Amino acid sequence: MKNYIKNFTKYRFLLVELVKKGITLKYRKSYLGILWTLIEPLLTMIVLTIVFGTLFGNVDKTFPVYILSARLLYTFFANSTKVAMKSIRSHSSMIKKVYIPKYIYPLSSVLSNYVIFLISLIILVLVGAVLSIKPTFYLFLAIIPLVLILIMSYGVGLILATMTVFFRDMEYLWSVALMLVMYTSAIFYKPERIIEQGYGWLLDVNPLYSIIVNFRNSIFGLPLDLRALIISSVFSFATLIIGTIIFVKKQDEFILHL
Amino acid sequence: MQKTVVDVNNVSMRFNLSTQKVDNLKEYFIKFLKKQLRYNEFWALKDVSIQLKKGERLGILGLNGAGKSTLLKVIAGVLKPTEGTVSVKGRIAPLLELGAGFEPDYTGSENIYLYGAVLGYSREFITQKYDEIIEFSELGEFIHVPIKNYSSGMKSRLGFAIATIVEPDVLILDEVLAVGDAKFKKKCEAKIQTMFDKGVTVLFVSHSLPQVQKICDKAILLEHGKVVAQGGIDEVSAIYLEMTK
Repeated sequence: MKNYIKNFTKYRFLLVELVKKGITLKYRKSYLGILWTLIEPLLTMIVLTIVFGTLFGNVDKTFPVYILSARLLYTFFANSTKVAMKSIRSHSSMIKKVYIPKYIYPLSSVLSNYVIFLISLIILVLVGAVLSIKPTFYLFLAIIPLVLILIMSYGVGLILATMTVFFRDMEYLWSVALMLVMYTSAIFYKPERIIEQGYGWLLDVNPLYSIIVNFRNSIFGLPLDLRALIISSVFSFATLIIGTIIFVKKQDEFILHL
Repeated sequence: MQKTVVDVNNVSMRFNLSTQKVDNLKEYFIKFLKKQLRYNEFWALKDVSIQLKKGERLGILGLNGAGKSTLLKVIAGVLKPTEGTVSVKGRIAPLLELGAGFEPDYTGSENIYLYGAVLGYSREFITQKYDEIIEFSELGEFIHVPIKNYSSGMKSRLGFAIATIVEPDVLILDEVLAVGDAKFKKKCEAKIQTMFDKGVTVLFVSHSLPQVQKICDKAILLEHGKVVAQGGIDEVSAIYLEMTK
């Protein structure tokens, strides 16, 4: 354990550099650069509001915030797990030549996406202010789902990164799985109808849904949903533990399969 | 008696050479069900032991495919040995492949920080040595140009400058002395010579026997992953010459 911490301190600067690299390279070639982290979610929010609000007859004035809050969480989860999944393969030339603790690769991928995600929360604040959503004390509790989604993304990222080294098919399977996650996350519809029809379990097995519920609750001034909190915590820590175990167990074999 | 710096203990390295590469699930399941998952084992290293004390310079000789580079990678920590243990005390500077951590879209100066971090340097250390690195690499104003526009010589100059800015305890050289033009080559050799003078422990792989004889005082000879000869440079190079005849 002591060695572990010592090793981490030694490579802390590398982690920072890799996180920075992930962010700068993403926006380097575009004119608006980092501003895209704000514009992109705003535009998708408008599109989704037109389609699912206006056309489907949802008249709630705060519906854009409802969509945007979930959409931001989903985008972070999808992007970070996708990049983390490929992180070992995309750094194969480095892995073959220098020694670096390998968890740095998926971790830095998740963290650089997390920084982008945190920046994009600004747009949520702005839209919330425009639609005059009053912040309450419960807003502070938003930190809990925000931390849980980071843990969960890293855990899932570790599992996917390990699997994809041995089976390239994971990349395709995961994008299909992500689609399922998106449609069962109640991003652009109200979950009540699904629950009434007895398909509530579909939402329960999707851990992202539970995180979204609590994030929304804290924005709209409601206490955290205990059931959702338990589901998302259990899932987050379970994926982190399982991910760490299989990653550590298999990491020495990565190089033989790259 | 000087303490042992590099301790390689009965190291063996096994690779699975699957006859066909199975890297997708469908194939894996089909092969698994048909019980066709066979691997050909291949031992790149077999029971290799080396002890080096501070200041000793070891040349690693052998024909192509004898396991020389694998041995260096095991010592550098890139590969984990199947059996046996490796322990290295102090800071290793692996001059294996220069610039393995370079990001093509980054400029030279950004890459100094990135590659420095890859080698485990701290930010303060790099900032402190930043000018010295640029000066040694002779890149001048090109340092602010994305590295993808560099020539291969420029890249290896920068890589060499960053990798050798530390004062390592163990230096791993894999035929990297062929860097850049004759002038820069001389500069590199001079730099490596100053490290020798400070008593660095060296592991050197090269096919050029004169170069090995010039640099090293000890040598081992590998054949098919096994150590066939070990000892002073003169005896081992005599055996090597016999072998290559």
